[in-house]
Amino acid sequence: MSAYRLTIKQLENLLNKREISASEIVDSFLTRINQIDDKVKAFVTVTDEVARNQAKQVEKSPSPSMLKGIPYSLKDNICTDGIKTTCSSKMLENFTPNYDATVASQLKTAGGILLGKLNLDEFALGTSTEQSAFFPTCNPWDLSRVPGGSSGGAAAAVAADETPFALATDTGGSIRQPASYCGVVGLKPSYGRVSRLGVMAVASSFDQVGIISKNVEDSAIVLGRIAGKDYQDSTSLDAPVPDYTTFLITDIKGMKIAYPKEFFAESFDKEVKATVIKALHKYEELGAIVEEVSIPNVEYALPIYHVLAAAEFSTNLARLDGIRYGFNDKSADNLTDMYLKNRGLSLGAEVKRRTLFGSFVLSADNYEKYYLQALKIRNLIYQDMQKVLANYDIIISPTTPNTAFKIGEQAASLLDLYNNDILTVTASIAGLPAMSIPCGFVDNLPVGMQIMGKSLDEGQLIKAAYAFEQHTSYHQEKPDLGVN
Amino acid sequence: MYSEYEVVIGLEVHVELKTKTKIFCGCSTEFGALPNSQVCPSCAGFPGMLPVLNEQAVEYAIKAGLALNCGIADYCKFDRKNYFYPDLPTAYQITQFDYPICLEGHLDIELDGKKKRIGITRAHLEEDAGKLIHQGSITTSPYSLVDLNRAGVPLLEIVSEPDMRSAAEARAYMEKLRSVLLFAGVSDCKMQEGSLRCDANISVRPIGTTTFGTRVEIKNLNSFRALERAIEYEAKRQVDAIEDGEEIVQETRTWDEEKQVTKSMRTKEEAEDYRYFPEPDLPPVRIARDLVEQIKNGLPELPEQAVARLVNDYELSEYDASVLTLTPEYLKFFDDSVKIFNDAKLVANWMMGDLNRLLNNANMEIGEGKILPADFTDLLFLIDKGEISGKMAKNVLEEMFNSGKNPKDIVKEKGLAQISDEDTLITIIEEIIVKNPKVVEDYKQGKDKAFGFFVGQVMKATKGQANPAVVNKLLKKSLE
Repeated sequence: MSAYRLTIKQLENLLNKREISASEIVDSFLTRINQIDDKVKAFVTVTDEVARNQAKQVEKSPSPSMLKGIPYSLKDNICTDGIKTTCSSKMLENFTPNYDATVASQLKTAGGILLGKLNLDEFALGTSTEQSAFFPTCNPWDLSRVPGGSSGGAAAAVAADETPFALATDTGGSIRQPASYCGVVGLKPSYGRVSRLGVMAVASSFDQVGIISKNVEDSAIVLGRIAGKDYQDSTSLDAPVPDYTTFLITDIKGMKIAYPKEFFAESFDKEVKATVIKALHKYEELGAIVEEVSIPNVEYALPIYHVLAAAEFSTNLARLDGIRYGFNDKSADNLTDMYLKNRGLSLGAEVKRRTLFGSFVLSADNYEKYYLQALKIRNLIYQDMQKVLANYDIIISPTTPNTAFKIGEQAASLLDLYNNDILTVTASIAGLPAMSIPCGFVDNLPVGMQIMGKSLDEGQLIKAAYAFEQHTSYHQEKPDLGVN
Repeated sequence: MYSEYEVVIGLEVHVELKTKTKIFCGCSTEFGALPNSQVCPSCAGFPGMLPVLNEQAVEYAIKAGLALNCGIADYCKFDRKNYFYPDLPTAYQITQFDYPICLEGHLDIELDGKKKRIGITRAHLEEDAGKLIHQGSITTSPYSLVDLNRAGVPLLEIVSEPDMRSAAEARAYMEKLRSVLLFAGVSDCKMQEGSLRCDANISVRPIGTTTFGTRVEIKNLNSFRALERAIEYEAKRQVDAIEDGEEIVQETRTWDEEKQVTKSMRTKEEAEDYRYFPEPDLPPVRIARDLVEQIKNGLPELPEQAVARLVNDYELSEYDASVLTLTPEYLKFFDDSVKIFNDAKLVANWMMGDLNRLLNNANMEIGEGKILPADFTDLLFLIDKGEISGKMAKNVLEEMFNSGKNPKDIVKEKGLAQISDEDTLITIIEEIIVKNPKVVEDYKQGKDKAFGFFVGQVMKATKGQANPAVVNKLLKKSLE
C-alpha cells in the first residue's frame, strides 16, 4: 500500500521497523499532492523543499520517537518561521513571519515534517472555504461541493490522503464542520488546552487549535504532543496532560451519553439526524446509557456567538493596517486614506461585514444592548452545559444540520452559511472540548457525529469516539479521486 | 471680572513605571535607544502574538497606589481601547476601564503655608504607544516615521478629583505627586523624556456655585510651567467666553507651547468611540492581600515622613524641609552631608541657595552633578573655619560644580585662602596708612568714607583674600 494512505501509527510502525525512510514517506505525499491537488485545491503553499530537507535531517538521528519523520500540514493561519502565512487573504499574501506558532514549533521539535500550508476562508471566517481570497477548496467526496470551513483545506487534504494529519483552528466549528463534510476526524480541545501563540486570532475567547486526522488514534497521539501550558499564552491552562492513547479502549459499558433534543431540530436534514440516531443505538448496543436531555438556551447560541465573536474579531484584525507588514497600496495621500486603501483593497467582503458588525455591537450606544446581553447568555449556556455534564460523561449531536452543499449554492444566503455552525458553536461558547467523527453517509456524502465533553476531559471524547470507530468502518471509506 | 470666577481643575497624570522590560513582552524599556531597536513581534502587533503581563509592573502599581493612599483592588482586569493610529501597532491600547488596580486615594499639598487635600479617583495600568517622527511639522512633513521602542512601556494613569482651584495648586499637586513617586521608586518621572505626562481638565464657574461648568481637556502639557500657563490661559479664555455670552463647548484642546495658547483639537461630537471591552487575551488579575501587605511593609520613607524627620531632628522650617525632600537624591545628599558636617541649617542654606542655582542653570538633577557630599562638606568646613569668605565660597562651589574637584585643592591652586594672619595684615595696613596721611586726617575728623577707603586698599593689596573681620579690627586699632 502507498505510504500516503497510512495513518500516523501505521507510518510510525514502518519507520520503527526501518521498512521505510522519512524521505520515502515525504516523497509519497508530495507525489500525491502533485497528482490530485489540482482538483482538491487544499494547499496554499506546498513546502516541498523544506519537507525534503527536514526528512534528511530526521534520518540523520537514528533514535525513533513519537511523530518523528511523520509529515503534517498546517492551516495557513498558523504562523511558520520563514514560510508564508497568508490567512488566505490578499492582506497577508506576501507575509512571512520570523517566528513559529507554539504548535508549529512543537511539531517541528518532535521531528514532524511540514508538507505545506492549507487553504481557509479568509482569516478563518466562513463555513465553506469559498471565502478564501485565492481559490475555493473542493470536497474530495464530490468536487462540486464545498469541504466546509473555515478549515476546508485541512479537512479536504486529510480526506484526500494529501497529509496524514493537519493542525487547524476552531472558533465556532471551523474544525468540526469541515471534518464532518469530509468524513474525517476533527478534534477541538477545551479552550486553553492548546497554546494559541502565533495563531492569527479570530475571536480570542473562542479560538482553539485542534487536529484533523484520519482516525481517532492519530488525534490522541497528536493532542498529547500539542496540549499543555504555554507561558506565552496567558489563557492556556496549567493542567497536567494525560497520555491520551490510554483512552483508546473499546469498552464503554456504563458510559452516560446525553443527546439534547434541541440538537435534533425539525429544520435539520432528516437523513442526517437518522444517521446520528443510528449511531446512538450503536452506543446503546455497546452498553452505554443514552438519554434525551433539553438545553433550552442553545436557541440563543448562534446569535450570541456571532455578536461576541464578531466583536473580538473586529479588534483582532484592526492591527492589519499595512504599515509594518501586509498589503500597502502606497498611493494614499494622507493617514485616513492609507487606512481606507490598505484595508479596503485587501480585505474580503465577509471580513468587512464582520468587522462592521463587531464594531457596531461594541459601540458605546450598543454595547449594553448586544455585547453585554450576549455575555450574560454565554454564561447561562455555560451553566446549562455544566448541569448536563454533571450527570453525563458526554453529549452527542450531529456535527452539522446537513451534508456538504454545492460550491456557490449558499453564497446568496448569509443566514444559511451562518446556520452551518448552529450545532458546533455551543461547545465553543462554553469552552468545552468537542469532536466530530464519521458516522455514516447520506447520498455518498459523509455525515459527522459531534461528541462534546467536560472541560479538559478530552480523554472521554477519545474513548467514546474510539469505541464507535472500532465497531464501525465509516472512517475506512475513501473518496474516489480517480488516482490510486 | 476674573475675580468673580473660580477655576476647577482635575489632572490625569501618566507616569511610566521603571520596569526593565515592557508591560506585555520582554523588550527593554530603556530610553534613548536607536529607533525600533527595542521591538519584538508582540509589541509590534504581529499576527498571533499575545500579551503576557509583567508582574513587576503590577507590583510597582501597587507600590505607587499605596504611596498615594489608594485602596488596592482585590480584582482588576484589562480592557481594549480601540482606535487607529500608526503609533499603536495593534490598533488597541490595553488599559483598565472599569476595574482599575488602584482605588480612591489622596495627596496633601501645601501652598502659602496652607495645607489642602487633593482626592485621587483611581489609578490604572496601561501600555504606552510608540512615537511618530515627522520631518518638520506634522502638517507639512512629506512622511512620518514610526518608532515603536516606547510601545508597550508600562504606564500608570493617575486620575485626580476636580479638587484644585488654581494653576499654583495644580503645580503643587504635580510636584508633590512627582516627589512621592520618586520616593516610592516606581518611576524616574522625567517630564522632558516623557516618563511623566499630564492632561488637565479645566472648567470655570462663578464663585459660590456648586455645580461644575463644562469642562475642557488640555493635552500636551510637557512641563510644570506649561501646566501653569495653560491653566491660566484656559481659565481666562473660558471666563471671557462666558462674559461674552458664549457657551463653553466640551472639547479637547492642545497647549501650543510656541504661541502660549490652547487650541481646539476635537469636540465631544467628534470624539472617538473607543469601543472598550474586556481584553480576552489576559485573564483578570487577583491581587493577594499578603502581596499588598508585603509591598506596604517594604515602602521606603516618603516625602511627608522625611519632612517630619527633618523638622524634628534638625529643627529646620517646614518650608526648608519640603524643598529638601523634592527628590530622594536631593534628600540623600542632605542626609549624607549632615552626617559629615553637622550644622544642618548651613547645609540646607547652601544646598537650597547656590547649589540649587547651579543645578537649575545647568538643567541638572543633583545626582547628575559632579559634586559629592564629601566635597560639599569640605567647602562648608572651610567657610566655618574662616579659611575662605562666603563670597569666595560661591566661586569655589561653581568651580567644584564644573570640575568636580575638591574645594581644598581649588583654594590651594588658585591661592584663594583667606588671609587672617594678623602680623601679615598689620604690615600691609601700616604701609597704607603711612602712604595716605590726608585720608587719616579725614578719618579723624569723622568721615566714614575714609574707613571704607582703607578697607578697599587692603583688599586690593591682598587680591580680596584678606579676612574682612580681621581687617576691620586691625584697622580701627591702627587708626586710633
